[in-house]
Formats: sequence, C-alpha cells, structure tokens
Amino acid sequence: MTNNNKNWFLKGLRDGIPISLGYLAVSFTLGIAAKNAGFTPFQAMLTSLTNNASAGQFAGFTLAAAGAGYLELAVMELIANARYLLMSCAMSQKLSPDTSLLHRLLISFDVTDEIFGVSMSVPGKLNPFYTYGLIAIAAPGWASGTYFGVLMGNLLPVNVVRALSVGLYGMFLAVIIPPARKSRVLAGVIFVSMAASFLFTKLPLIADLSTGTRTILLTVLLAGGAAVLFPVKEDEGT
Amino acid sequence: MTHNIYLYILVMASVTYTIRMLPLVLIRKEITNRFIRSFLYYVPYVTLAVMTFPAILSETGSVWSAWAALLTGIVLAWKGKSLLQVSVCACLVVFVSELFLV
Repeated sequence: MTNNNKNWFLKGLRDGIPISLGYLAVSFTLGIAAKNAGFTPFQAMLTSLTNNASAGQFAGFTLAAAGAGYLELAVMELIANARYLLMSCAMSQKLSPDTSLLHRLLISFDVTDEIFGVSMSVPGKLNPFYTYGLIAIAAPGWASGTYFGVLMGNLLPVNVVRALSVGLYGMFLAVIIPPARKSRVLAGVIFVSMAASFLFTKLPLIADLSTGTRTILLTVLLAGGAAVLFPVKEDEGT
Repeated sequence: MTHNIYLYILVMASVTYTIRMLPLVLIRKEITNRFIRSFLYYVPYVTLAVMTFPAILSETGSVWSAWAALLTGIVLAWKGKSLLQVSVCACLVVFVSELFLV
C-alpha cells in the first residue's frame, strides 16, 4: 500500500465513524425485525455483512417471515435496491478509468446511501482506498448492530435509539450542503428535491409507492431536469 | 412450506451485489455525453436530499426535535463542519430537546 493509499484509507476510517455509529442504531432495529423473522443472531449478522442494505434487508426479513419463495425474494430485492444501480453509475464516473477490475468488484460490495454519498464528496477522482476505509469501520457497525438487535431486542433506551437515528441524516447534510454554498444551482436543486420529496409523500397514488420507488422516480426526474436546465461545464461533473 | 434461511441470505446478497457491481464494472470509460454527465453529477445531491426530507421528521419522538436537528445540521454543514461534528450535533440536539419535548 503506497503512502497515498494509506492516507486515504485512514481518512476513510475517520470519516466512517459517524456512518458506523448511525449504522449501529439503524441496524439494531433491523436486528429486531430479523428476530421476528426467525433469524438467529449469527444469521442476521451474516445477512448484514453480505447485504449492507437497510431497506432491502427489512423487505427481505419481512418476506422471509412470511415464508416467501426465492424468486419472489429476488424480485423484492431488485425493487428495494434499484437505487443502488443509479448510485453505482454515478460512482463509475468518480473512479479513474484505469481503476482495476478488482477495485471495482470490491467497492461494489458496499455501495450504500452513506458510503456512496461520502465517497462522492471527495474532490477530484475517488481513490478506492478511501472507500475501503469507510467500509472497514462502517460494515462492522452495521453487522454488530444487527447481531445485538437480535440478541437484546429493546434493551437500548428508546430515546437513545431515536437520537442516534438522525445521525445518518446529519451526515447526508454534511455531504450535500457545503457544495451548495458555492453553487446557487446546486442549492436550488437540493431545495426543490426536498420540497418534491415532501410533496410525493402527500400526493394520492404516488404516496402509496414504496420509499425506494419514490426515491428512484424523484432522482430520475429531478437530476434529469437539472441536467437539461443546468448542464455542467466540462471541467465540473466529477 | 419451509425455506432455508441461508438460501434466503444467498438470494438477497446475490441480487443486491449484482445491482451494485454491474454499472461499476461495465462503465469503465468516462462518459462524454454532456447530458448523462450532468445527470450523474446531480444524482447524489438529489438522492440524498430526497432521502433526508421529509423522512427525518418521522425518525424521532417529536417533529420539533427533528426540525431542530435538521436546521442544526444545515447550519453546521454550511459552516463547513466535518461529517462527524454535524452528525453528532444533530444527535445531541434530538437527545437534549426530547428531554423537554417528549
């Protein structure tokens, strides 16, 4: 590991702390869902280690509890996790074209909302070791939180869980707000996104769609609209 | 009908991994099309904004503590505080305000 890679890895470890803490809280409640579906602590932890997907795992545990078929489960995962397809597309452009296949295969393992968001926030191209640093600290938080969620159920005081649950949103804000300070267009896009997202939870029919589907719809519509109205210059966009 | 939990886990993991892996492995070159570049540039901002609001409002015990956390997060992020600082402060705001609110 060259010095540069090591520094990026260490930076990733540090920036991954809030992700890990947030994951701990979220996956704790995920563990409770896993327990209800008949998963042992080990099985639930294994699911978290291999999936790293909150909504997808919730959906999976629910279907498993209902004794669903494997194909049904596969289709459900496809829908619940489709937004990662968009994220990976965006991330493919953040990587230098000569990034090796192995790096690409490893990063793919943990493209979550948080790791994606934070990875995209570094200036210039992404060094895979930064993402590895994030994963190295965040993934154990996710897996152990699930494990203890199954094991201890509702042991953590509810006000602590609630406080921790906004941690991930705080992180999202720390990713999207600073660039918005430099660009009015970006600030506008963020504001419109939040307003539209709020509207989508109120509109008839659309409000009935799953959160994941609404996220995909809004992302395609709004990022598409912004791309038409405010195309980025050649030197931006990375 | 009984199912094997490990097969469940395998199905979930394979589908989820494939979704993430295909774009990263297949799109090796820099996209030159300006529209697609612009679209992908806006994707993270739109996605994260959409996922934050209004979802944050229903995460806590009271919408007011959530609003306080949201505004605190925006102000601190605007001032350029680190991920950890913004995140921890948002949590603290919820914890402290709910001592009075809930």
